[in-house]
Amino acid sequence: MQNYQELEKSSNTKKIIYRWILFIILGIFALYYITPLYVMIVTSFKTMEEIRQGNLFAFPNSINLESWNVAWNGQGFSAGDVYLKTYFWNSVKLVVPAVIISTIMGAINGYALTKWRFKGDSWVFLLFLFGTFIPYQAILLPMSRTLGTIGISNSIYGLILVHVVYGLCFTTLFCRNYYISISDEIVKAARIDGAGFFKIFFKIILPISAPILVVTVIWQFTQVWNDFLFGATFTFGKEAPIQVALNNMVLTSSSVKRYNVDMAAAIIAGFPTLIVYVLAGKYFIRGLTAGSVKG
Amino acid sequence: MFWLKRNLPRLVIAPSFGVLIWFVYGFILWTIYISFTKSKLLPKYEFWGIDQYFRLWSMPRWHVAVENLFIFTVLFIILCVFIGIILAILLDQKIRAEGFLRTIYLYPMALSFIVTGTAWKWILNPSLGLEKFAIDIGFETFTFDWLVTPGMSIYTIVIAGVWQSSGFIMAIFLAGLRSVDDEIIKAAKIDGAGLIAVYLKIILPMMRPVFMSAIVILLHLAIKSYDLVIALTAGGPGISSDMPAVFMTQMAFHRSEIGLASASAIMMFLTVSAIVVPYLYSELKREDQRN
Repeated sequence: MQNYQELEKSSNTKKIIYRWILFIILGIFALYYITPLYVMIVTSFKTMEEIRQGNLFAFPNSINLESWNVAWNGQGFSAGDVYLKTYFWNSVKLVVPAVIISTIMGAINGYALTKWRFKGDSWVFLLFLFGTFIPYQAILLPMSRTLGTIGISNSIYGLILVHVVYGLCFTTLFCRNYYISISDEIVKAARIDGAGFFKIFFKIILPISAPILVVTVIWQFTQVWNDFLFGATFTFGKEAPIQVALNNMVLTSSSVKRYNVDMAAAIIAGFPTLIVYVLAGKYFIRGLTAGSVKG
Repeated sequence: MFWLKRNLPRLVIAPSFGVLIWFVYGFILWTIYISFTKSKLLPKYEFWGIDQYFRLWSMPRWHVAVENLFIFTVLFIILCVFIGIILAILLDQKIRAEGFLRTIYLYPMALSFIVTGTAWKWILNPSLGLEKFAIDIGFETFTFDWLVTPGMSIYTIVIAGVWQSSGFIMAIFLAGLRSVDDEIIKAAKIDGAGLIAVYLKIILPMMRPVFMSAIVILLHLAIKSYDLVIALTAGGPGISSDMPAVFMTQMAFHRSEIGLASASAIMMFLTVSAIVVPYLYSELKREDQRN
């Protein structure tokens, strides 16, 4: 230990230089990540006149809220008007049931797969696990036909079904990986005392599931809110979710460019997930890593 | 009653399992079958052989899509892993503002690819974006018009994709570094090894499983990439930044070529499987050994 401390002392100046280089590199990267958000925010407050004359990074001369109003409410004419209001609420109506249903089902599946082992359960798990990896292009065509057959194509209900079905693989995986780390002894003791499947779930498992449920809810919320592929494939017109509406807005405005409105709209569309990330970043990261280090 | 009690776990899983079998595996089988038929606007169930695959691989547009996917995947993975490792190692040096910096590095991951694409489309805009800024501050001959240049637009997708996803790779590497015992670093330092050597020779080789996970996730993200392309370039100019996922939806929902679309979807599925199956196999084997 003596040797080590001496070594540290002698390299003190070197250390300070290292620290500075370290901070400079970290700072440059921080700029790279933060700049687009900064540009989005300042652009959304500028008038088109200012945008054409000034530059990308310039601060707005005054806070112009008109572009936010147009992004949310539209310009007021009926035909071909594009705005986010309706579609934002579409996404809210979609995200709430889709997240709740898939999370509950995932929790029960994960519990059954780990605490009530049955023959073939590892195969069942493997099929769920592989399901998290499939490219959705391989299911788009039959899904759109199925939604048509059931009679819920181009509706929020159809999208809820789609997001529950394909979210189920992830929620089951998350909960299974969490419950497998919980000791079987408590469950065994409760079973000897005569407690059944659901009693153990509600009385013992659910009260200690808060961490994984938060992770699962945040993951599903982000996935459903940010989805574009399903929304664009299975809905159109007034039934579309927010990301589809945002993309349509940007495309429509490309004849008369309105970058300020585009940026306001992009911030609105990204706002809910960004808030969740800022408030519950720890769980957000845990979800990402739980989804990544699978098995 | 006894039967019910004994089989309750299976009965509880049955609905989800049924959904999984039908909506995931059943649908994939359907798509595989359709890729062997002549289906155009509507599915035809008469078997036609592998002609759709021949058609697919003789289409210049598909070759553009596959080539772009290759360029995008290689650059996306290399840059994300490189930036992710550097940031993770630097953040691991007991930095005071670590929490704050981590928040900044990772927030793009919370944004959708459509939001990401919309933002970068504006920043990379040739007439009013970065190019104009550079000209305004005195670089009068500066041009940066990749977004509208065939052959270059694919690289704008790389820029935006790396911006969105590299923070995530930082997070999983940071988690990996945190699980490395500090004593190892101290011991190596006493032996006279420099910090860089410690990381290159000792710590990074220990993180092989983290590398594996990161690469599999990024590969998987890259092969599925659709939203970002649509929002940023819409596959253009022309078809120059087309990707397989975009190709598939085009053929399926705009060109009434569902047989061909299915064939391209199955090519994507096979590519993902070829990567994921061996990965899952090795992961599950590792877990078995631990138990």
